[in-house]
Amino acid sequence: MNDKNKIVAGLIIFAAIATFPFWYNMGKAVPVPEPKLSEKAKAAKVCVEPKEFMKSEHMQVLDVWRDVVVRNADRVYLSSSGKEYNMSLSSGEESCMGCHSDKVEFCDKCHNYASVDPYCWDCHIAPKEKK
Amino acid sequence: MEKSRRSFLKLVGISTLGLGASPVLDVFAASGGHDGKPKAGVSKRLNALTAKRWGMVIDTRKFESKEDLEPIIDACNKIHNIPKLENKRHEVMWIWEDEYKHVFTHREHEFIDERIKHLPFLVLCNHCENPACVRVCPTKATFKREDGIVLMDFHRCIGCRFCMAACPYGSRSFNFRDPRPFIKEENKEFPTRMKGVVEKCNFCAERLAVGKMPACVEASNGAIAFGDLEDPESEVRELLRSNYTIRRKPDLGAGPSVYYIV
Repeated sequence: MNDKNKIVAGLIIFAAIATFPFWYNMGKAVPVPEPKLSEKAKAAKVCVEPKEFMKSEHMQVLDVWRDVVVRNADRVYLSSSGKEYNMSLSSGEESCMGCHSDKVEFCDKCHNYASVDPYCWDCHIAPKEKK
Repeated sequence: MEKSRRSFLKLVGISTLGLGASPVLDVFAASGGHDGKPKAGVSKRLNALTAKRWGMVIDTRKFESKEDLEPIIDACNKIHNIPKLENKRHEVMWIWEDEYKHVFTHREHEFIDERIKHLPFLVLCNHCENPACVRVCPTKATFKREDGIVLMDFHRCIGCRFCMAACPYGSRSFNFRDPRPFIKEENKEFPTRMKGVVEKCNFCAERLAVGKMPACVEASNGAIAFGDLEDPESEVRELLRSNYTIRRKPDLGAGPSVYYIV
């Protein structure tokens, strides 16, 4: 048992490498981005469902919507508040993007942060960006 | 004494369970999983056009040349963001024109009259009663709706092209390239497609859902009729009753829903 020094040195190097990502990124955490609401969305105050629900479940809502619209031709959504909405992502004023007209500020901000890459816009036409 | 101690312990046990269960249940209720549906419902629009089985009758007597068909084809292309690709092998077509010998292959003969021989025929997806494309689709991306429309769910298409091989009418096109750069004017109301999916005529399902007739029917000045084949009083049934009509390759048993008056 004469290799104590080597083993200890090896352990220290291992610990340093294993924890490298933690101390390298210390204090560099990017703050969670807040999606910016368009004027129209701000004025409307409510989305189709309460804000918290939309925050956590909007992907499921969109997934359910696309199935019922494409497969059953059901286009009207009766929200839990009792109001009716047109089920559509990007067609005109009465769609998601009709209100949330700024894709970069509303969608991409969080999606980029969370590193998710939904393929909506491969086919759906995003509203024109204002420059 | 023994009995009362026993019942006392029972009571305590049950109460503790009750106290413990309520927060647990709350958590379950709050997390709720990803069901996407709170207590909401979906329904059709009130003005949506509905039928038991949609069908189309094309009166080819009202067409003389390719120029008569162009506005109809253009109307569809524009509304559905169909790209204009020069390479014939990459072409995307929902409704197009072809000549008699290609459209009615089983009826062609060498002495056919001149008018029919050179008349351009409008062809599109036949929205079959027994669609072969639906049977072969491995992802159920293409399916037959209750109202007879054979639809594509582009979200699910994996681009295997089994449906293209199965369709006896060649009604389907594959996006070999990203179609976006080849669309002159984008219609924002309708999505484009992406590279690697199959597409075809959808009998304007998106227009029927908001109470409009298909684009080709509107652009045809009455040469194309559209309606419910199951309704004896409908316009299509009236036309079928009073005219001799033919369908494309009916002997294959697919049961096409597009009829031609020749």
